[in-house]
Amino acid sequence: MLKSMRKNGLILGGFAVVATALVVTTQVLTADRIAEQQRNELMRTLNELIPPALHDNDLYRDCALIQAPEALGLAEQPVYRSRLASEPNALAIRTTAPDGYSGAIHLLVAVNLQGQIKGVRVLQHRETPGLGDKIEVQRDDWILSFNGERVRTENDARWRVRRDGGMFDQFTGATITPRAVIAAVQRTAWYAQNNMDSLFAAPANCIGEPLANDPLGREEQPYEY
Amino acid sequence: MSTEYQTLANDGLWENNPALVQLLGLCPLLAVTGTVTNALGLGIATMLVLVGSNITVSLVRNWVPNEIRIPVFVIVIATFVTLVELTMNAFTYGLFMALGIFIPLIVTNCAIIGRAEAYASKNNWYNSAFDGLMMGLGFTLVLVALGALREILGQGTLFAGAELLLGEWARDLKIQLFSFDYPLLLAILPPGAFLGMGFLIAGKNWIDGRRKAKLAKAPIEKAQRARVTTVN
Repeated sequence: MLKSMRKNGLILGGFAVVATALVVTTQVLTADRIAEQQRNELMRTLNELIPPALHDNDLYRDCALIQAPEALGLAEQPVYRSRLASEPNALAIRTTAPDGYSGAIHLLVAVNLQGQIKGVRVLQHRETPGLGDKIEVQRDDWILSFNGERVRTENDARWRVRRDGGMFDQFTGATITPRAVIAAVQRTAWYAQNNMDSLFAAPANCIGEPLANDPLGREEQPYEY
Repeated sequence: MSTEYQTLANDGLWENNPALVQLLGLCPLLAVTGTVTNALGLGIATMLVLVGSNITVSLVRNWVPNEIRIPVFVIVIATFVTLVELTMNAFTYGLFMALGIFIPLIVTNCAIIGRAEAYASKNNWYNSAFDGLMMGLGFTLVLVALGALREILGQGTLFAGAELLLGEWARDLKIQLFSFDYPLLLAILPPGAFLGMGFLIAGKNWIDGRRKAKLAKAPIEKAQRARVTTVN
């Protein structure tokens, strides 16, 4: 009895050791490649919003974690600074709309020095497929309607969906999603306009972190207002 | 020997199809079949794990005492899933992001441990590899059929996002069959997966029923008619 237990334990242990060795080897072999993929994804999105011609610094390295939960939705959000010949010219800010139809919507908003929107992209969301997911640039051009717009006052009434008297389209069947995105972009742009200097001056401290959340889908908790 | 392979192929693809007959692995099956691309990606990942785990289980079957075979199978399967997950993360990043949580969930796909227990632990490694391949293929075909059904009804497209799986050249594979202002949401949402799956199973049973009826009728038909044009 004792003998067979010992034997079985040893066999199980042997399998565990071999399995762990295999997993560790693969992890070591793929780690660089995975990090590179995440960096490429980050750079691709950043370059889409701030074209490479407009900056000569490594966007993803010039990154600062900013604590402005009222404007950016989470306790901490990365901000990427674009500079040409060391002169600042644009920002790409990660921001979160906490009030989407099915939870938080994570966005990347690029603004220039005048506070004009250079572009907006959705990084992660859980909106209804076929209705709310029109905020994705792959599905609809809607997200491009922010390009070139500017927030004029803190409660700029043009920054609403048309149904609420603003200048942005809503989707048939889904108003909550665009409302949440517009409000988040507005807050972010307004915050950026009013904190431009300190955002560029903040020390770079989040180099090369992946832009989207954990791929396993564990949701970050939105900041509680 | 070839009849053994024929039986295995017939079982995996039709008679004992893991998705349509054994009804195993329904969680990933229902969750990722929103598009053909996602379905194909998870199907291939599942097939790789099945073949790998079947071969390994078969090779070690004589050294593993009966009492601890289940934990050993679980270790083997979990290892293969992790390897596939890391590889997909490294080489098909977009698809990895799209399939997300469902890759680790392959571990919980009972079809895999089911084959380890029912077949691989009793047969040699090449038969087991073939069994894994056929079961995986059967599973993948059902995934793709369901994915196509839901993608056509829900988005009016086929192979949307194929570039995530196959690389940039596959972007042109996308076929826009038709477009509509109000997509059939039901097809994309989870209930659509259950309904689609129900129709697929019903379809299989209907075909089986007709086959059986024809077999039963065949001798009588022969006697009654001079000429029989076979359908099939």
